[in-house]
Amino acid sequence: MKNGTVRLLVIGVILGIILWGGFNTALEVTNTEQFCISCHEMEATVYQELQDTPHYTNRTGVRATCPDCHVPKEWIHKIVRKIKASNEIYHKILGTIDTPEKFEAKRMQLAQNVWKSMKSTDSRECRNCHAFDSMDFDKQEARSVNKHEEMEEAGEAHDASSKEGRTCIDCHKGIAHQLPDGFDPAWNSPGE
Amino acid sequence: MKKSIVTMLVAVVTLVFAGAAASDTMSLRGGQPIEDDSKAPAKAKMVIKEGGLERSFKTAPPSVPHKIDKEQINLKVNTCMKCHSAETYKKEKAPQAGKDGSHYLDRNGKKTAKVAARRYFCNQCHTPQVDKAPLVENTFQGAK
Repeated sequence: MKNGTVRLLVIGVILGIILWGGFNTALEVTNTEQFCISCHEMEATVYQELQDTPHYTNRTGVRATCPDCHVPKEWIHKIVRKIKASNEIYHKILGTIDTPEKFEAKRMQLAQNVWKSMKSTDSRECRNCHAFDSMDFDKQEARSVNKHEEMEEAGEAHDASSKEGRTCIDCHKGIAHQLPDGFDPAWNSPGE
Repeated sequence: MKKSIVTMLVAVVTLVFAGAAASDTMSLRGGQPIEDDSKAPAKAKMVIKEGGLERSFKTAPPSVPHKIDKEQINLKVNTCMKCHSAETYKKEKAPQAGKDGSHYLDRNGKKTAKVAARRYFCNQCHTPQVDKAPLVENTFQGAK
């Protein structure tokens, strides 16, 4: 009887490691650039545009791949995002954006979805790399410093309302992909 | 006899001049053989100047005193207008594009709501500058 309990425990632990490890490995596989661009919908459009931007090629050779900006790092948010991605599989099967023309027609809607979610998380994925704490304002252009300092102070005071709860994406839309037709540049310049 | 002397003289003079020309004339590409790839020029820093750059002459289109390599000017969008449009220039503390209205007129002189199509490509006239001496000496002085 006692022997049986120990055996069950050992089997349980081993099975747990295998199942959890397998789940995690599968999760990580879906979190690579290679996986994202295995669909031509991503490869032929947004991935091509990304390559012209500093997030792909730059002076220091640090590269941000798709999941760095589009999948949260924290476990619980990551799982939520992964579940939401089932919608993407659904539309892949439907072929909603399977030609460049269809994609272009939907670009505004798709872009707005991303802007909305980034705004709602206070641009969490941007801040995984770009933290105010690590910014050397002396090395930024004056026009950038003024705004970043303002934003940092507003953030420290937890007084988001003073700057209408502004966050990275409010000024930095279209930095990694082309902007949609009908985009008003003033959208990147939130009011006083 | 006389003819051959003249011919010889002409030949000598031609040779002397040709020799002189070959040694004195240097093209802008230097001693670079024409079939070789030319060497890349030394890199130069983009000029970033608060308050703007001085114009070369009174009616010159002002130069861009900041980097523009991340801006997009294409069929869909012109991101220069994020700061330089009539609605945003004040809060962005940027000069307004064509504040005399010149950039908001079509070719028939009609007012346009957005920046006119023929003024759409900002960097046809307004360009960023690099900190570099001109290739050829230039004594141009514009009417101030």
